[in-house]
Amino acid sequence: MLGFVARRLLYLVPVLVAVSLLTFLIASLLPGDLAYVILGDQATPEKVEALRHDMGLDQPVWWRYLGWLGHVLQGDLGRSFRTGQTVLQAVAERLPVSFELMVLAEIIGLAIGVPFAIACAVRSGSVFDRFMTGTAFGMLSVPTFLSAILLIYLFAVELRWLPATGYVPFQEDPVGNLRFLVLPALTLALAEWPGIMRVLRSDMIATLQEDYIAMAKAKGLKPSRILFVHALKPSSLTLVTITGINIGRLIGGAVIVETIFALPGIGRLLVGAIYTRDLIILQGAVLLVAAGFVIMNFIVDALRHPRPQDPLWPRLSSASTRMSPSVRSSGRAG
Amino acid sequence: MTEPALLSVKNVSVDLPTPRGNLRAVDQIDLNIGAGRTLGIVGESGCGKTMLSRAILQLLPKKAKLSGRVMFDGQDLVRLDPERLRKLRGRSLAVVFQDPMTSLNPVLTIGTQLIETLQEHLELDSVAAKWRSVELLGAVGIPAPQQRLMQYPHQLSGGMRQRVAIAIALSCEPKLLIADEPTTALDVTIQAQILDLLAREQRRRHMAMILITHDLGVVAGRTDDVAVMYAGRVVERAPTPVLFKKMHMPYTEALLAAIPKIDAAPHAPLPAISGRPPDPTRPIQGCSFSPRCRYAAGRCYREKPLLAASESPDHQYACFHPIQVTAGVCA
Amino acid sequence: MDMLERRAPASPLHWLGTDGLGRDELARLIYGARISLIVGLCAPMIGVTIGGALGMLAGYFRGRLETLVVGSMDVLLAFPPLILALAVTAYLGQSLLNLTCILGVLGIPAFMRVARAATLTLARREFVIAAQALGATHARILLRELLPNVFLPLVAFFLLGVAVFIVVEGALSFLGLGVPPPISSWGSMIGEGRESLDVAPSLAFIPAITMFLTVLSFNLIGDTLRAFTDPRQGAL
Repeated sequence: MLGFVARRLLYLVPVLVAVSLLTFLIASLLPGDLAYVILGDQATPEKVEALRHDMGLDQPVWWRYLGWLGHVLQGDLGRSFRTGQTVLQAVAERLPVSFELMVLAEIIGLAIGVPFAIACAVRSGSVFDRFMTGTAFGMLSVPTFLSAILLIYLFAVELRWLPATGYVPFQEDPVGNLRFLVLPALTLALAEWPGIMRVLRSDMIATLQEDYIAMAKAKGLKPSRILFVHALKPSSLTLVTITGINIGRLIGGAVIVETIFALPGIGRLLVGAIYTRDLIILQGAVLLVAAGFVIMNFIVDALRHPRPQDPLWPRLSSASTRMSPSVRSSGRAG
Repeated sequence: MTEPALLSVKNVSVDLPTPRGNLRAVDQIDLNIGAGRTLGIVGESGCGKTMLSRAILQLLPKKAKLSGRVMFDGQDLVRLDPERLRKLRGRSLAVVFQDPMTSLNPVLTIGTQLIETLQEHLELDSVAAKWRSVELLGAVGIPAPQQRLMQYPHQLSGGMRQRVAIAIALSCEPKLLIADEPTTALDVTIQAQILDLLAREQRRRHMAMILITHDLGVVAGRTDDVAVMYAGRVVERAPTPVLFKKMHMPYTEALLAAIPKIDAAPHAPLPAISGRPPDPTRPIQGCSFSPRCRYAAGRCYREKPLLAASESPDHQYACFHPIQVTAGVCA
Repeated sequence: MDMLERRAPASPLHWLGTDGLGRDELARLIYGARISLIVGLCAPMIGVTIGGALGMLAGYFRGRLETLVVGSMDVLLAFPPLILALAVTAYLGQSLLNLTCILGVLGIPAFMRVARAATLTLARREFVIAAQALGATHARILLRELLPNVFLPLVAFFLLGVAVFIVVEGALSFLGLGVPPPISSWGSMIGEGRESLDVAPSLAFIPAITMFLTVLSFNLIGDTLRAFTDPRQGAL
């Protein structure tokens, strides 16, 4: 276990360096000379030259990269020349919004997916099971922006129960905050639960055929205890992995949902930075998000690292191969 | 046997639908076992003995169809409502499965798995339940029981796990214990220890026990009665000493011959029963052992022999050409 | 285009009615299909070609090459894909070609994983060892022995990829960040329809349903094919 963690940590370093390099390249490739962006089009060439020199923009790219990396390692990610905020401030301001959205979405997704998965596994092959499996499959084909406008149409336009867009911080108005977050979280959850249900259902069906479930029945335990204690726990391995990956993915903010519902989260910060050519914010925030994703994946890997002496080992190692690539893919962007 | 039996299996059949057609795993079995008695059920793998035990426990796979009656303590388990059945299982009807690697839940501690059974059936508070768990683990020969409670099954050896499974089965003082090949998955050196433990606890607690095995040697000296199963049917049934002294069914004789002898010459070929059990999805006309039986003749291929008593009412067998010679000393 | 007939209901002239600028909805839907399908088919094509090749090489040669390939894919996966796509299109300019290329690159890691996993198991099988023993070149083993076997899982995953990329293109266009207007794509039509959700919900829902059915079909075919090629799934 420790050897594995050490090896993964060693692997993490070059990955993070490559992530930072790519981040820097993308940001410096964006059109528009930073000096002109700051000074405006009317600036005299002398002033531009002076600023370029001050900011080190006349240095070669690799030198600038090393300088930036040096600052980053000291915890200085830079300061937006538009708002004057530091990158850390900007991210710290937006992160709670994205985080709250993510947590709510995962909770709702699990709350829908897990009970259906259990109900289907118990009655596998029944009409109910086939109906739910089909529904989940259909739901996987609904893009988030579609469910978003469907929910807006239903709850904001027709029923007028909830606001379509906007945000209030939780500290100012807890109820209002939740009212603004319900629809976006529900939108994300609608995309999450089918995957949760499919994975848990198939693992649970396999578990229910195990000897120790027959043993639990033979011990005369209550059906609820057999299901939730004896069967759910060993079945939830792949589920934990998926949830971990989802969280890692959503650290980057749910770009589409945040945009549609006008939530000031990380996703909107990044999109905004691209539009206003705010390179410092863009490279700083992308770096944080990408590093967060890499580290989250590392934690998930370490937590479910199969140990051969573990009786769940065959299950664990098959779980890692069974993880369909689509789960990890960039597919469900945002 | 004048007293009413604790468990009586009446005309029980189990059918399993398979892609190749219906599979009759258990075929019209009648069995009785009195309180405090021990019954050995012996047969090759695939003869239906595990299905029979699952049928008694009402733990058959969902697709399986069960017919007949399983009377336990005056109640028909087949028709008992789930809640009352649940109260019976673990309390007065307990089981030890074949493979302790798979029959203990890998993600729960030994303590959890013991205590949950105790608290389900006996109204014990958690301190008393824990106390009793330690006592039980000690009784089945597990050293340092206090520490074991916190451990997970994979931290224990196979033999230790089977002892834990036995402790769980014994925990509520059941009236009947079904041990389904309790030693098959274990090292040979451990087997005798586990069997002796079961026999000792059975006598001490005066509970009835069904010992299921493929090894005729295992039931010798450890059970009161033996039933030999072949292809889903009981083919011979007798008190254990009688059976070993005077077996009538050629299959029983073949089973006995298949036990490796300690005094056999080195490099002597291991005796085995030639051929394989019949395909249970294709029922055979006539005696199902006839293709492999060296005594089989005309009638055996046409007609199914019924289980019937011979000289004594206790000894029943299903054979047209029973062996008349005395089989000699028991194994 | 008829400015007087804005948001007209369905009629014999305009089968599905007209949109907010009086344009025929059905015509735009059919035209939009072109964009969605071009991106949806070409982007995974790029992914399956490069990702498939990298995955096979990594799975066959193992060692440092594998570490390098898997590591660089991990780097690519670490970025929020939409942000990467947006940043690159902001640099290169919004066009169909640029959009397809960047989405294709983003799809490479997933295809790499599929190809590598399949190659890893196949490379240990007897027919590959036999070919090696007969002195076949690496190129021959990769192309004649491994490729035909890796091909089917890749095709199955390609079809699932088409579904995913139609969705991603739709999402970008929906946000007005895909192909530039006035070219219509299903995503941009839904985006425009969203503005008039209260008066004419059908303007958003008709392209939405079209898109859903298209995505669902690709998912169904892809999933069936995958179940067919994946013995593990079939056993469950």
